Amino acid sequence: MSPHAARAAETGRSSAHAQDGTRRLAPARVLDVDPLLDDPGTRIIVCCGSGGVGKTTTAAALGLRAAERGRKVVVLTIDPARRLAQSMGIDSLDNVPRRVKGTEGDGELHAMMLDMKRTFDEVVEAHADPERAAAILANPFYQSLSAGFAGTQEYMAMEKLGQLRARDEWDLIVVDTPPSRSALDFLDAPKRLGSFLDGRLIRLLTAPAKLGGRAGMKFLNVGMSMMTGTLGKLLGGQLLKDVQTFVAAMDTTFGGFRARADATYKLLQAPGTAFLVVAAPERDALREAAYFVERLAAERMPLAGLVLNRVHGSGADQLSAERALAAAENLEESRIVDQGDGKAGLRNSPTQQGRSDSSAHSSVAPEPESPAGTPSPDAVDQVTAGLLRLHAERMQLLAREQRTRDRFTARHPEVAVAEVPALPGDVHDLTGLRDIGNRLADNRRELPGTDG
Amino acid sequence: MSRLQVVSGKGGTGKTTVAAALALALATEGKRTLLVEVEGRQGIAQLFETEALPYEERKIAVAPGGGEVYALAIDPELALLDYLQMFYKLGSAGRALKRIGAIDFATTIAPGLRDVLLTGKACEAVRRKDRSGRFVYDHVVMDAPPTGRITRFLNVNDEVAGLAKIGPIHNQAQSVMQVLKSPETAVHLVTLLEEMPVQETADGIAELRAARLPVGRVIVNMVRPQVLDAADLEVLRTAPRTALARSLSTAGLGGARRGGSAEQLVEPLLAQAEEYAERYALEQEQRAVLGELDLPLHELPLLAEGMDVAGLYELARELRKQGWQGGS
Repeated sequence: MSPHAARAAETGRSSAHAQDGTRRLAPARVLDVDPLLDDPGTRIIVCCGSGGVGKTTTAAALGLRAAERGRKVVVLTIDPARRLAQSMGIDSLDNVPRRVKGTEGDGELHAMMLDMKRTFDEVVEAHADPERAAAILANPFYQSLSAGFAGTQEYMAMEKLGQLRARDEWDLIVVDTPPSRSALDFLDAPKRLGSFLDGRLIRLLTAPAKLGGRAGMKFLNVGMSMMTGTLGKLLGGQLLKDVQTFVAAMDTTFGGFRARADATYKLLQAPGTAFLVVAAPERDALREAAYFVERLAAERMPLAGLVLNRVHGSGADQLSAERALAAAENLEESRIVDQGDGKAGLRNSPTQQGRSDSSAHSSVAPEPESPAGTPSPDAVDQVTAGLLRLHAERMQLLAREQRTRDRFTARHPEVAVAEVPALPGDVHDLTGLRDIGNRLADNRRELPGTDG
Repeated sequence: MSRLQVVSGKGGTGKTTVAAALALALATEGKRTLLVEVEGRQGIAQLFETEALPYEERKIAVAPGGGEVYALAIDPELALLDYLQMFYKLGSAGRALKRIGAIDFATTIAPGLRDVLLTGKACEAVRRKDRSGRFVYDHVVMDAPPTGRITRFLNVNDEVAGLAKIGPIHNQAQSVMQVLKSPETAVHLVTLLEEMPVQETADGIAELRAARLPVGRVIVNMVRPQVLDAADLEVLRTAPRTALARSLSTAGLGGARRGGSAEQLVEPLLAQAEEYAERYALEQEQRAVLGELDLPLHELPLLAEGMDVAGLYELARELRKQGWQGGS
């Protein structure tokens, strides 16, 4: 199916909103980033989305833009690219925000990189007396949990967010979320960890005497001894003992993990919080984004919109992929005909074939450059054909991105979208972040395909 | 060719796709492979466009020449219940454990335990033989956790050793490690020609090597076709725009004069070429970094039509063409 036919089919399938034969479903709403950043009521922006879609860069770019528009911002990043972290001066892992130098305007940008183990340690140290804290920190179960449990990073990101918010030194906090396998992990993990550490099993493990002492709890007690027995067999008695001492120490000092997780959860539902779902115009990323949008709605968490990174455009979108390819073939054919060596049948690899032909058979200009320093007409035709093939590829990419975007829009027409044009390279300094910020804010004008 | 092929990579590099293509490639010509998923994401089902996979080995594809690809989504909870059943004949007590949260606890919270169960199941499939003493699967391909977690995931022995010093979990970890650290296993990393994934690949390899896990190959995924080479880009730098406009006009795209349709294409097409040139340079840089890793490198093309089942077969063919074939 040609890209055009495919697009037409796609639009036709989801045409409830576009019966007038327009080429694409325009997003119902365009996400305007600047009012969100400028609103003093916006206190927390959470950037979430699946891995590899540019969440960290988006968070950093939003933070920089907000700071340069006058706000006092802190950006909490989870796993920034090394060079970006270096250029922001946050590559040292001391787990506290640092002022980022080189910003423009009156605002301030602070940034930090999350160290999950250290954050966990800090929580322990802040809430336990020194002796008990030392016991917890030395517990092997704690050490594994704080460094390794799949949800710890998510939990600690939320913990750090709570801490930053409590310090009340910044009027805007921008949070990047951990690179989870699924965007939903970061909503679920804190609760999961909280409820485990606070849950029935742990109570059973840690307080057998209390439970057993009460009449009517005999059954539970039987269940418990069977279970600790089995767990003990399975894991070895030492682990079980470690867990018990760990949980006992944690429990008495903390007043409940679940309460903490709940508090952070409430913070995310508070009016000053805005979620931005970050995605790229690829099938998997947008599918995750759609799940996330639905989940946020179910949790009554405020979604500001979708940031769609790496969207491709073309300044020449009046020229379709098909016409570009046909034109490229015209050029290549005419070159072969001009040379009149009967090789017109061998067109499998136009560029390479063309090159070897010209050096072997062209009597006029064997070199690609003519004596005046400008390329020969032949060489120009050859690169023009290349330009056209490049363009055809771009247009095919555009069509594919269009289809995935339209699918999302059909499912969630209510979600405001900001599209960020793709950059050819990586971002690793403030200039690059500023550029991304401009592209984010400027997305109205840059929408590919709407002006052609 | 190792019998357990572990495929990892940074998120977004397409490791599930590569794992599936590899399972197909290794199954070609009458072999049988098992494609294993460990993260409960149902990525394999999505890729093969089938319904969600149960915790059961199920044939999902036929490879060229009569081979078969089976798939298994390992569910750690069910794996643990299986395991308890096998060793302790728990029966309904297993359900009681589940109700009380013990299974959740053991598979989610107890660090390393979940991983032992997941890798243990894969290793069991690697070693399984039929009645005639032949291996049931010629190869097992694992769609593993991402690069950042792969060493921890595979190095279950160290993880669990500190916690479970004795007992069946400890023994299980030991026997899993025997497979994972042997030449029977190869850990491959999928990357893109971009800075972060390449950096992460280099870091991942260093970690794997430090843990003495067998590093296999590096697969560069979604490689874009080379439309213009360095010589073409040089010509573009020197060619007068009027000449390009004339050439576009010759190709049938309208007038070459100022304001003509062909002339109007020159600037935007050159802008696209400039982006291409910048990306091309970055990609060459990353290729050089990958070259220094001193590992076999494979490149898989970006499929213009996006990823689907047909695309998987195409990538499998490509892997075979690059010498990746099943052996016994």
